[in-house]
Amino acid sequence: MTTPNVADQPAKASMLYDPRVRSMAYQGLALIAIIWFGYFIWDNATTNMENRGIKTGFDFLWNRAGFDIIQTPVEYTQDSSYGRSFLVGLINTLIVAGLGVIVATILGFVIGVARLSNNYVIRKLATVYIEIFRNIPLLLQIFFWYHAVLKPLPSPRSLYEKGEVIAFGINNRGAYLPEPIFGDYSFLILLGLIAAFLGSYFLGKWAKKRQEMTGMPFPVFLCSFGMIIGLPFIGWLMAMVLASESAPLTFSYAEMAGFQLKGGLPIIPELVALLIALAVYTAAFIAEIVRAGIQSVSHGQTEAAHALGIRNGVTLRLVIIPQALRVIIPPLTSQYLNLTKNSSLATAIAYPDLVSVFAGTALNQTGQAVEIISLTMAVYLLVSLTTSVFMNWYNSKMSLVER
Amino acid sequence: MSKAVVTDEKLPDLPPPSNTVGPVHWVKENLLSSPGNIALTIFAAWLIYMLVPGTLDWTIISAVWAGGADACRANPEAACWPFVWTKWEQFIYGFYPAESRWRVDFAMLLLVVGIAYLMIEKTPGKRYMGLFMLVIYPIIAWILLYGSVFGLEEVKTNKWGGFSLTLVIALTGIVFSLPIGVVLALGRRSNMPAIRSICVVFIEFWRGVPLISVLFMSSVMLPLFLPEGVSFNDLLRALIGVALFSAAYMAEVVRGGLQAIPKGQYEGADSLGLSYWQKMRLIILPQALKIVIPGIVNTFIGLFKDTTLVLIIGLLDLLGTVQAGIADPNWSIKSVPYTGYAFTALVFFICCYGMSLYSRKIEEKLHTGHKR
Repeated sequence: MTTPNVADQPAKASMLYDPRVRSMAYQGLALIAIIWFGYFIWDNATTNMENRGIKTGFDFLWNRAGFDIIQTPVEYTQDSSYGRSFLVGLINTLIVAGLGVIVATILGFVIGVARLSNNYVIRKLATVYIEIFRNIPLLLQIFFWYHAVLKPLPSPRSLYEKGEVIAFGINNRGAYLPEPIFGDYSFLILLGLIAAFLGSYFLGKWAKKRQEMTGMPFPVFLCSFGMIIGLPFIGWLMAMVLASESAPLTFSYAEMAGFQLKGGLPIIPELVALLIALAVYTAAFIAEIVRAGIQSVSHGQTEAAHALGIRNGVTLRLVIIPQALRVIIPPLTSQYLNLTKNSSLATAIAYPDLVSVFAGTALNQTGQAVEIISLTMAVYLLVSLTTSVFMNWYNSKMSLVER
Repeated sequence: MSKAVVTDEKLPDLPPPSNTVGPVHWVKENLLSSPGNIALTIFAAWLIYMLVPGTLDWTIISAVWAGGADACRANPEAACWPFVWTKWEQFIYGFYPAESRWRVDFAMLLLVVGIAYLMIEKTPGKRYMGLFMLVIYPIIAWILLYGSVFGLEEVKTNKWGGFSLTLVIALTGIVFSLPIGVVLALGRRSNMPAIRSICVVFIEFWRGVPLISVLFMSSVMLPLFLPEGVSFNDLLRALIGVALFSAAYMAEVVRGGLQAIPKGQYEGADSLGLSYWQKMRLIILPQALKIVIPGIVNTFIGLFKDTTLVLIIGLLDLLGTVQAGIADPNWSIKSVPYTGYAFTALVFFICCYGMSLYSRKIEEKLHTGHKR
């Protein structure tokens, strides 16, 4: 009964064959190689920049930029600094990405559901849409919308009479929308909206709890909808009463003055083209994700819900969608990221996004390639990494619900 | 009354009830099953009516098929195909010298033959052909296109352009991204912390930034990073950017395959005493790469579409030459931009849709293996 324990005996093999020693050696070599490579690049960069007389450092961010930007969501003039132009570019990127995400999601969900419709023609149309738009390069689509659709539109001069007022219009100078002008007490409208959202959130929580306790459902959706419409309206009424002289919310419309439109909320054609192209392109991918997500929920789930006597709509809302969302959301987020990264194609039609303004114009003027490109990349990296962290958190939260 | 009621033969199947088969039933079921469905059908019919006849008329029926710019100017409300015929050579070869274009043709022919050989089922020696296409072919193609050896005249890369440049960029991307991607994926799955972190950082960095900024980086920052006296030309810089960028995406695809291989395969290889590289080369990678062929093809489709971005840093790929053609004052006709874009879209659509059909076919073929 005294078999010697093999593990107790000292290993006789040479150090060369010890996996731990080996792995340390490989890692050490890799690290040395990386550090050497980094030094090599840094050394070359500093000598090259010195030879070419390129300044280094981020001081240029406070210098006068001296160029105009065609869309400035925050105040910006030629006298603003490069740092300010960075901010303008960043906000413009966020504007087009944010709007693009909203439009692409709506369009993508509609087409994804249409792809599963039991109507043959609708199903085929959705398939044709998806296959066409995701197999044509995005840049080509952006060019198409910009150069072939928006630019050849008639000019405002040929469309409108002098003095004509236009609420909604599109011409080769862009799209025109009414601009809301907030007067006295208009904060009450916003307050109503915030209260409505908070109310809906707590109502939803309360209704869920009550349903779990008593089994009685509560029409949360209708109530929330009513609140979101109603409370801002009440806020508006109150503001009307309080501010008896001036209206709390009025709209300013574009007006034909001389040769061009004045006033209103003009949206530059570059933004319109980029937005349409990004939304249409990404929607094709989102539609496929939505279809795959819905199909991933096995038909047995629907049948089981029906067998329990649950109606179609409720089955969809409580059984199918929660399970489908778990499959849909991770790839959906990566599509949102793709859309954000693809918005950098703006530079091809000179929409003033981050890449176009900062890595384009500012880079050409200052020549500080290393700093500018690094800053630009850092912004995109930050967005991507934040989203990944959020996604990992979301995935781990969702997978807890699984068996 | 001795009529037999029991038969030992199977009676012929009765036809299904007439209201469950045939085109009428199909229409009822698929188009008119409910009021909502009828509304959808009407909507779809309206959509088709709005889109299809106009498109057909514009592209084919009233289009200008022959003649020159004057014929198009006479009919600016329909497609101007002579624009494509006239600029055809520029769209394919860019500014490649006319007397050397046979070299481009020959390289493309080799490519088509090689890919066809790989795609046709049951051709012998696929493995060697694949290796040939991935390793030897790029060298042959480079010699053919660039020349300056074997008596071939040197053609500088700034003369390259059009569809052949699109192919060069896309193929370089795939040829370099595959091996780098495999190495990165293995590194990311390695249990050495330093190697793993290096690979994770590399992959996440390239996947986190847009290709445009990578191209900008390779065109303005790369020259600064090289020692004095060494310089890359524009095309090579773009190629390096594209290859590293797509390698990161490829790494994630390959990682998916590595993770899909059951743990028993890894342990089985270990218990046989295979070394790490033997295990990967003989057991894991052949299985993993096979699973991810559709993913690789999808990455390639993305890469193929993304090649158009090089026009932003001044290289004239297919879209770039078409843009240049549209800007030609001799062809400043209303229908020309539409025609140019329609032509480019068609070329890309055929290539990408063809690849996605192929990847779907493979997916189906691979799927059967896992069905129980």
